Amino acid sequence: MNDLAARSALTPPRRRHGLGWWLAIAAVAVALVLLPFLVKNYRVFQFNLVLVYAIAVLGLNMLTGYNGQISLGHGAFYAIGGYAAAVLMERAGLPYGATLPVAALLCFVLGFLMGFPALRLGGHYLALATLALALAVPQLLKHKAIEGWTGGVQGIVLTKPEPPFTLRLFGQSLNADRWLYFVTLAVGALMFLLAWNLLRGRVGRALIAIRDHPIAAAAMGINLPLYKSLTFGVSAAFTGVAGALGAVVVAFVSPDSYGSFLSITILVGVVIGGLASIPGAIFGAIFIQYVPNLADEISKSAPWAIYGIFLIVFMYLMPGGVMGILRKAWARWRVGAAAAPPSPAAPQGEHRP
Amino acid sequence: MEAFLHQVFSGLANGCIYGSVALALVMIYQATHHLNFAQGEMATFSTFIAWALIQRGWPYWAAFALTVGLSFAAGLLIQRIILRPIERAPVLTNVIVFIGLLVIFNSLAGWLFDHTVKAFPSPFPQNSILATRWFSAHEMGSFLVMMAVLALLYAFFRFTPVGLAMRAAALNPESARLVGIRVSWMLAMGWGLAAAIGAIAGMMVAPSVFLDPNMMAGILLYGFAAALLGGIDNPLAAVAGGLIVGVLENLLGAYVIGTELKLTVALVLIVGTLTLRPNGLFGKQVVTRV
Amino acid sequence: MAEAALLEVRDLDAFYGPTQVLHGVGFRLERGRITAILGANGAGKTTTLRAICRMVRASGSIRVDGQDVLGRSTEDVVRLGVAHVPDGRGTFGALSVEENLRLGAHVRHDKAAVAADLQRAYERFPRLAERRRQQAGTLSGGEQQMLAISRALMLRPKLLLLDEPSFGLAPKIVAEIFRILRTINEAEQVSMLLVEQNARLALDLAHDAYLLETGRVQLAGSSAALQADEAVRKAYLGI
Repeated sequence: MNDLAARSALTPPRRRHGLGWWLAIAAVAVALVLLPFLVKNYRVFQFNLVLVYAIAVLGLNMLTGYNGQISLGHGAFYAIGGYAAAVLMERAGLPYGATLPVAALLCFVLGFLMGFPALRLGGHYLALATLALALAVPQLLKHKAIEGWTGGVQGIVLTKPEPPFTLRLFGQSLNADRWLYFVTLAVGALMFLLAWNLLRGRVGRALIAIRDHPIAAAAMGINLPLYKSLTFGVSAAFTGVAGALGAVVVAFVSPDSYGSFLSITILVGVVIGGLASIPGAIFGAIFIQYVPNLADEISKSAPWAIYGIFLIVFMYLMPGGVMGILRKAWARWRVGAAAAPPSPAAPQGEHRP
Repeated sequence: MEAFLHQVFSGLANGCIYGSVALALVMIYQATHHLNFAQGEMATFSTFIAWALIQRGWPYWAAFALTVGLSFAAGLLIQRIILRPIERAPVLTNVIVFIGLLVIFNSLAGWLFDHTVKAFPSPFPQNSILATRWFSAHEMGSFLVMMAVLALLYAFFRFTPVGLAMRAAALNPESARLVGIRVSWMLAMGWGLAAAIGAIAGMMVAPSVFLDPNMMAGILLYGFAAALLGGIDNPLAAVAGGLIVGVLENLLGAYVIGTELKLTVALVLIVGTLTLRPNGLFGKQVVTRV
Repeated sequence: MAEAALLEVRDLDAFYGPTQVLHGVGFRLERGRITAILGANGAGKTTTLRAICRMVRASGSIRVDGQDVLGRSTEDVVRLGVAHVPDGRGTFGALSVEENLRLGAHVRHDKAAVAADLQRAYERFPRLAERRRQQAGTLSGGEQQMLAISRALMLRPKLLLLDEPSFGLAPKIVAEIFRILRTINEAEQVSMLLVEQNARLALDLAHDAYLLETGRVQLAGSSAALQADEAVRKAYLGI
């Protein structure tokens, strides 16, 4: 019980946020708004990808981190979201904003359906099934029958939406990439808020209970099939939205850009960031976006070997992911702070040791 | 009819390869309860080593033997050095480390041996006595090699003290320690054997599919599917699963769906089967006490 | 100067994670004797055996035949001549009876003597001989206990550790097993450390006994002395 509470990210200490907390949040918000104007375009493009990956990683984390269902196939939902956006924008002329809900709904339904065989398969069997899905989708996308819509092997080129107004800050103008930055930032913030709302409290605890003690969870009245399938659906929806955003950011979709390695990359992001953690998704996304570049700088000839070494070393040093380390550091800091006498204005109600 | 039989027999020949990969996966799984996702890339790397030796003039079977020996040693060392420290870590930690090994081997193969597709020789001459109406010489030869490997493994596990100790260590590590078995070395040897089997499978398949760093990716997937189809705990069933997958792949590709989608359809069928029989075709029903 | 005991335990503390289960436990086992460790559920009896076999974190001093044990791994303690019959028997259910027995002699290299010991095991327990090729998991509880003990004896151990051999077995089978244990001790001078909840059985078989309560030694002495002790009679012998 001790262990579960300590591991759970869902029982944050209840404390009223003081002025300092809100000031910090405001400072971060201002920094985020100014950021794209302070750096070159290429960096903004990278930031956009980080935000997109963060949403995808968050989606998978819901399923694998919180609920314990291993999926090696989330690249498929990313692909479906991406193609949904591309087809709707380029073939049906829809504005990109409208493609997001469609991608979400489509992937939710597919993910929910995927949840049914997933109920029977556990562990490695589920991993194989989802991997099969990840391989199937690109192959299906190449298929001649739907080439008219999907563009076959060549894929579809998207036109990046232009910003609706002009703005210049720090000598940089608000161009398509910078506009997309704000769009993805807003969508990302919304998705994270949505996830936080969904996962705190009973739902989140139910998911973790299903992951760790499925029989006990069922015995306590949690409807396992429903929860597991819904989780699959919601998780797929998040990743689908990420895919739709990603398609616009990159301005291109093709079957080969959604290979099985993408699914593995998203899983790496989940584990590196930290299982069962919402903020961890951001760290995971930063890792999967930047570490391959870093590896490339270290060794032009065998960059993935360096990447692999990074992965292994990370698992040795941080088996709980980045959030695991941060949580430990936070806990230790609290112990130190608790040793000092509490100020009379500080409210009580500490849950964590 | 002739074409059909040819597809079946060719499928059986491929199935041998899938079955050996499945066997290697099951061997590690039985001992450690982990699936080695890097198995394919390790096998490819071993095949490259053999290729390099042959390029330098080594006779085929000498290169074969040295490659198998080196692969055994490498598998053993990888378990001792890289995997032992995280033996008790959660599943996903191990999965990420396997992925790390996968990309390292793939990348090293590309770096050391470049990405151009290479021909790999078959030790079974085309017109030799092995060639029959239904099987090419190489297909028959590799089938015999794999059968020999299986027989040797069976004899090793059944009749030698070390083999018995390895089985005991996989079944019940705690009891194994109580009779003095050095369980961690048994795990390392399991890895060594799996790596050696993978190397042999790689060298047997390379002549047909040609050698490049991504040679084993699809084969690993089939091996994975075959292992699960057989029931992840059962080595012989894994081999049987491989044969089934091999035949299925060929028949689907020839008669049902065409070569682009045959991987997809094969996997979908396998997943469907697993949904109906979650412990594999030959797997035991595992009852867990609440 | 008395010769060193076969097993000497001093100031033994043992831990499961952060929880301390044994507190300063100390006892001796003399060569050729049977010593019993008694106590209720949770007293720490099994933990004591597991500490000797290095299966739990422990500190203090454990010496077998003068050699320190705490610095060794389980596999190395076996090589000192310590055979452990764990609670739950620890048989390899998927292997045959004969394979289980052969595994007992894993660390030995004297093939001829091992073959002779195998024969002796079959003579001692004819039921095992009948089932030698059968899967060990299909044996009855009593037969599995016989198998577990025989496997331990295949080591030709100096010291045999037995964890609750009577557990879950019918009284008739238990009596047979205990009778055979006595024979083995007397005929082959195998020293035994016996952990038992069934105090009556244990005190009948053993020469000396120690009583554990919540991880501490409460009482020590010869079996006869403990059998006569009022508190023991009330609490553990039901007299």
